[in-house]
Amino acid sequence: MAIKVKLFAYFREGRGKIVPMDYTPGMTGQDVINTLGITAPEIAAIIVDGVDGKVDSMLTVPIKDGGYLAIFPPVAGG
Amino acid sequence: MFGYMGKILRINLTTGVIGTEDLDFELAKKYIGGRGLGTKLYMDEVDPQIDPFAAENKIIFINGPLTGTATPTGGRYMVVTKSPLTGCIASSNSGGKWGAYLKYAGYDAIIIEGKASLPVYINIEEEKVEILPALDIWGKYTSETSAALTEKHPAASVLTIGPSGEKLSQMAAIMNENDRAAGRSGVGAVMGSKNLKAITVSGSQKPEIANPEGLKAVTKECRGILKENGVTGGGLPTYGTAVLVNIINEHGVYPVNNFQEGGDPGAEAVSGETLTEEYLIKRNPCHHCPIGCGRWVKSEHSPDGVGGPEYETLWVFAGDLGINDMEIVIEANYWCNELGLDTISAGATLAAAMELYQRGYITDEQLDDDVILKFGNAESVIHWLKKLGNREGFGDMLARGSYRLCDFYGVPEYSMSVKKQDLPAYDPRGIQGMGLQYATSNRGGCHVRGYLISPEILGLPEKLDRFDLAGKEVWVKVFQDLTAVIDSLGLCLFTSFALGAQQYADMVNEVLGTEWSAEELLLAGERIWNLEKLFNLEAGISPEEDTLPPRFLEEEMPEGPTKGWVHKLDKLLPLYYKERGWDEDGIPTEERLEKLGLL
Repeated sequence: MAIKVKLFAYFREGRGKIVPMDYTPGMTGQDVINTLGITAPEIAAIIVDGVDGKVDSMLTVPIKDGGYLAIFPPVAGG
Repeated sequence: MFGYMGKILRINLTTGVIGTEDLDFELAKKYIGGRGLGTKLYMDEVDPQIDPFAAENKIIFINGPLTGTATPTGGRYMVVTKSPLTGCIASSNSGGKWGAYLKYAGYDAIIIEGKASLPVYINIEEEKVEILPALDIWGKYTSETSAALTEKHPAASVLTIGPSGEKLSQMAAIMNENDRAAGRSGVGAVMGSKNLKAITVSGSQKPEIANPEGLKAVTKECRGILKENGVTGGGLPTYGTAVLVNIINEHGVYPVNNFQEGGDPGAEAVSGETLTEEYLIKRNPCHHCPIGCGRWVKSEHSPDGVGGPEYETLWVFAGDLGINDMEIVIEANYWCNELGLDTISAGATLAAAMELYQRGYITDEQLDDDVILKFGNAESVIHWLKKLGNREGFGDMLARGSYRLCDFYGVPEYSMSVKKQDLPAYDPRGIQGMGLQYATSNRGGCHVRGYLISPEILGLPEKLDRFDLAGKEVWVKVFQDLTAVIDSLGLCLFTSFALGAQQYADMVNEVLGTEWSAEELLLAGERIWNLEKLFNLEAGISPEEDTLPPRFLEEEMPEGPTKGWVHKLDKLLPLYYKERGWDEDGIPTEERLEKLGLL
């Protein structure tokens, strides 16, 4: 089974827009960013299976089989 | 006098009398400048119940004390008048370089009164101020006007309205440098009502600075902070505001089809990443701006490119219309700039018209040609936008904005607006603080009176639970007050992604020679907010209008990460009134007004 990692802005550089990954039971966002070479302080916002929250706590949430992450560096506008 | 130039220019278009007045320095310090001082000057001279299009109405162009200084983004001016769209106080600001040029001409503000008998423009070259005929440029697009006036006044910055302002559309903007806009609340139509097409300004004066070395040091510090910050030194310069498309969409608060849905699987096509990779020619920064979020993009209108769309514009001419075509968005942005239109209200009115068509209120027979106003119909966008801007045929109905359009059909609830001003690109059902800010904004539906998206979505300065109500009234008040300060100083709101109240105090203190603390500055922001509220109350804007369209209060978001949510304004509004020190009906108390020096 697999999960889908959606990357945005300059997180895409050298990684692509969507990165598929094999699912392993209990895997978290921290496991994902370790694999991708992204560190927690670089992340401004993260969504795990449709739920957002503080970055540090969201990185510990287990991802569902077939689920997804969306990871954003600091961005803003208006 | 430091920071300010000390002079106000007063021009009566009825009599042709031009004069200058000394700036009241103490009054300026109390209300800072820009939005705050402009509102005070306006309220002292104009009956809040005035018809915005009456000759007796006035329109004020005013700088902040930091406009035209070396401070980062110190180049913004504010337009203050009564809005023909909302009936509220209108203060609409713009970047570019026109504000700085007004300061270099030696003035803090221009107060325009009366109405010219024929179209005119005003040319300002320091002491030389003249009212000149504008018959040859009346009816022209903004770029044509700018080109014609630049030929006559090569050193000048040009501010102008387009055909929409001339034809009194309630969503008409004021443009400078072709693609910078004082966009919201219909300020361009007030210029048009006075037969005033443009203002050209040039000069070589500079404001005196109280502590030049101190300013140099704090400016260097603030520029360093802006450069190091991930948003102001990374995300915004690289991708522009368009970078919001994906993050707002992923949170399920990206409005689709006039806010009937909250997400669009095709939004990537109009994202900041796509704009940057496929259309960006170069950045297009405003005066003294180290951020440089402005875009210059490819277009068939010019081999050199044209001004690019902001996030709000991308959303409103894409997701909100059920279309995802970057070239249509760029084209719509181009025509809004040429016609002199607020992109948000123009697109939102098309979206409302499409919902009226979807529900059978607008029929094929009512449209005066065969281009159907229907969600997803790409060919309708530019067609009806031009008709709106020129008030042709059914476009005349559209030019009044979504509220008046929907109200005409007896269904104002399909207008996604607050106080008749169209809402921007964030569905409040999934951003509870932002919804409270929409409902209480003194100029109606607006995101730049308190950008709660920062903490609720973007995690700046810290991540808040976007659905949780706890403490949101406190955040909204602080954001609203701080925004009033920034707007009054003459800086760009985007600096606040990196800078805090203390840095603003440090900058203004070095310029003016004051010793304001961050708390005192925020108190001035609260004073300005309450002053605006008093104007609205005297103008007849009832606190009952501190609300949201029923869709957000009653209809649950149908799908996505915000599924099942409505906005809980009934819970938040009483807390907000209490936090502001107002009574339970939303009226500022004498005690609070006395504390703020407003009695």
